[in-house]
Amino acid sequence: MSNTMSDSCLSTPTSPAVAPAEKRSGTQINTDRFDTPIEVDRPILQTIGLHKSYRKGQHVVPVLRGVDFVANEGRVTSIIGQSGSGKSTLLHLLGTLDVPDQGEIYFDEKRTDNLPIRQRDKLRNGKFGLIFQFYHLLPELSTLENVLTPAMISHGLFRYWAARKQLKERAKHLLDLVGLGHRLTHKPRELSGGEMQRTAIARALISNPKVLLADEPTGNLDRQTGREVLNILRKLNEEQGLTIVMVTHDQTIADEADSIVRLFEGCVETV
Amino acid sequence: MYKLMLCLRYLRTRYIALASIISVTLGVATMVVVNAVMSGFSHEMHVRLHGILSDVVMESHSLDGFYRWKEHMEAVRQVAGDEIQDMTVTVHVPAMLNIMVRDQWLPRQVTVIGIDDETYNKVSDFSKYLKHPANREQVDFNLKESGYDAPEDSKLAEAGWLYRREKIRYQQELEAEMRRFELLNRSVQARHTADPNEIDNLVSPLDLTRNEPDGPVKPKFADDPNAPPVPGPPPAEIADRIAHQKQPEIEPALAGGDPFAARYKQPESTTFDPMKHQAPGIILGMAVASIRQRDAEGKVQDYFLAVPGDDVRLTFPSAESPPKAISETFTVVDFYESKMNEYDAGFAFVPLSRLQSLRYMTHPDLGSAVSTIQIRLKPGADLQGFTNRLRAAFPPETHPYRIQSWRDLQGPLLAAVQMEKTILNILLFLIIGVAGFGILATFYMIVVEKTKDIGILKSLGASGGGIMSIFVGYGLSLGIVGSGVGCILGLLFVWNINRVAKLIEIITGREVFDPTIYYFQEIPTIIEPMAIVMVVTGAMLIAVMASVLPAIRAARLHPVEALRYE
Repeated sequence: MSNTMSDSCLSTPTSPAVAPAEKRSGTQINTDRFDTPIEVDRPILQTIGLHKSYRKGQHVVPVLRGVDFVANEGRVTSIIGQSGSGKSTLLHLLGTLDVPDQGEIYFDEKRTDNLPIRQRDKLRNGKFGLIFQFYHLLPELSTLENVLTPAMISHGLFRYWAARKQLKERAKHLLDLVGLGHRLTHKPRELSGGEMQRTAIARALISNPKVLLADEPTGNLDRQTGREVLNILRKLNEEQGLTIVMVTHDQTIADEADSIVRLFEGCVETV
Repeated sequence: MYKLMLCLRYLRTRYIALASIISVTLGVATMVVVNAVMSGFSHEMHVRLHGILSDVVMESHSLDGFYRWKEHMEAVRQVAGDEIQDMTVTVHVPAMLNIMVRDQWLPRQVTVIGIDDETYNKVSDFSKYLKHPANREQVDFNLKESGYDAPEDSKLAEAGWLYRREKIRYQQELEAEMRRFELLNRSVQARHTADPNEIDNLVSPLDLTRNEPDGPVKPKFADDPNAPPVPGPPPAEIADRIAHQKQPEIEPALAGGDPFAARYKQPESTTFDPMKHQAPGIILGMAVASIRQRDAEGKVQDYFLAVPGDDVRLTFPSAESPPKAISETFTVVDFYESKMNEYDAGFAFVPLSRLQSLRYMTHPDLGSAVSTIQIRLKPGADLQGFTNRLRAAFPPETHPYRIQSWRDLQGPLLAAVQMEKTILNILLFLIIGVAGFGILATFYMIVVEKTKDIGILKSLGASGGGIMSIFVGYGLSLGIVGSGVGCILGLLFVWNINRVAKLIEIITGREVFDPTIYYFQEIPTIIEPMAIVMVVTGAMLIAVMASVLPAIRAARLHPVEALRYE
């Protein structure tokens, strides 16, 4: 742990005394894309001085070394960096899949990193939608069932049974939205990569999340298909005001975002 | 919900797991079958062990027995009268039974039991095992005309009065013929000694006996005081002995009644005619009077040493000190076959009053003495509790009685059977336990295979408990399927066990259950619902327990690491 401490990023001195809303470093609003920029940016996801290291046998490998990050509500924020720069780890920490060694994470101005595991599970299920590079669909379930899985998790057996019609309707609607209305009963292995990723997007949207966390959503797709997926994400952002945090290593994709955070060796590089 | 769904999906798509529970299925099926057969055997054995015994026996230490048994019965009734259904008294005495087989006396060691034919029936299932249908209704010690239950070709099928008359006639004819030869012999000798008077006397009876094949020949000689002594070839001995019996004892109608009445009543005939009369009746165990073996073709055959209608000789000690040996002739009137060899080869039943008077167990003031009080309890009464209370009422320190329930009498055997069943159950359950480890290994593999899916579910917000319940539920459903199928298989096997046994006999050419040993025509089975419930629950528990460990592992997987897993 002391190893990580000494590896802190010099450019971003962290102070717990600073209120999260005032911290804006590392966030840049790309005003070119909007004619009328949102007047008040409300940070929905924010981190202060995040440290995270992994243990590989005897060695402790620091991944994040004091990251300060802000994602504003209703904006697309991209996190860009090379392999091993810690961008996926940051996303996992944001999505409460993991806990930081040090530092604080705020969602909607509430701290999430020290919540009990149950509440973090609930948060992840209800407020965040996660999309991964490798889609991560359950192979035994059909497209529709995959989309319904988060709803099944959040609803108990009986509540799900009671609400199954509305939920199914909503899942079908979401699949229509991503252009997969005709593939409800197909198993993931019968789908193409783009279709799988679109299914994953529909799944991420089923519980009406506040933030969509996407980990290289186009990383495994060809340019054309990747484009389609990105268009869907952009559409969601524009039409529903969905906050999107997207990890990518592709500069051209990152450039489309409202703000870009560049990570280098576990530290935020101001662009 | 997702738990249930994934559980069912995994059940449908992971056939390897189904293979792993085949061992559970087989284990459960085996346990169901073994329990049913063992219960069947032990029930059959209980019935047989109990068979001719009453529930509780209060027995005097001494062979002389005890008087005042009516008072004792009253005392017993006071201990727990509401639990007692019936009581009777008997006299037990060790005896030597001699059966005449091809001119030789064949001795058998038996316990002679004097029973009251009215009441003994009510305390035990004795009469159920008798061979004559009329005796099964109500035991009496009179020889029946015929109609003993037996296979067609058996000697027993011809037994009864018909057989007795036939036999006696043959013996008498044989005797007469012997006598004729004897006389002929004498007359030849007399000619040599040349006494003409004697020749004239001796020739005439010879013609008489020859021309009378139908009439009772024997009494003619028995009444004749001038008859020459019989030189004693063995077939003649029975008839001869019967002829010299004491008169009051030959009346069969009096055998079960008051022994003293006969003294004041003038018998109709002072002569014992074996063609018309029987000696006091005796009921023998099947194995006392027969040998069961296989003939050359492998068919089980009974070879009878004596059948109903034959006379046997019983020698037993009198109730005096010192005891004297008393020898008496009895006529076999029936057999009992409880199919419990120990009983079938060990007991002979005679009328109680007869045995009492023969053994001098009657007293002018005290009445008659008995050696045991036999008690039958009401159904559902607490056998052990009753025995204990009775023992407390008649403590061995002050009372010369031994009080035993039929379970005490057969304690070691019953304990051995129970032990056998317990051990077998433990061993078979270990088999299911082994199957549990198979499930454990398979589940671990499934968890490893599903690591990524677990990561996905966790990333979607599934809790550790939820993930765990998927796998525990999976184990439970496998357990239900496995033990359910096993239970059905086992029950099917039990219901068709005799057909299966026949099939095995056809295939192997050997009898599965040798009737000379087991006395079973069919394999007895009893399905105990409680045992099946226990087995099925146990198997399901093992399946669940085997899935808990992999499930805990799955629940503890770190979502990020699980997602990265390839």
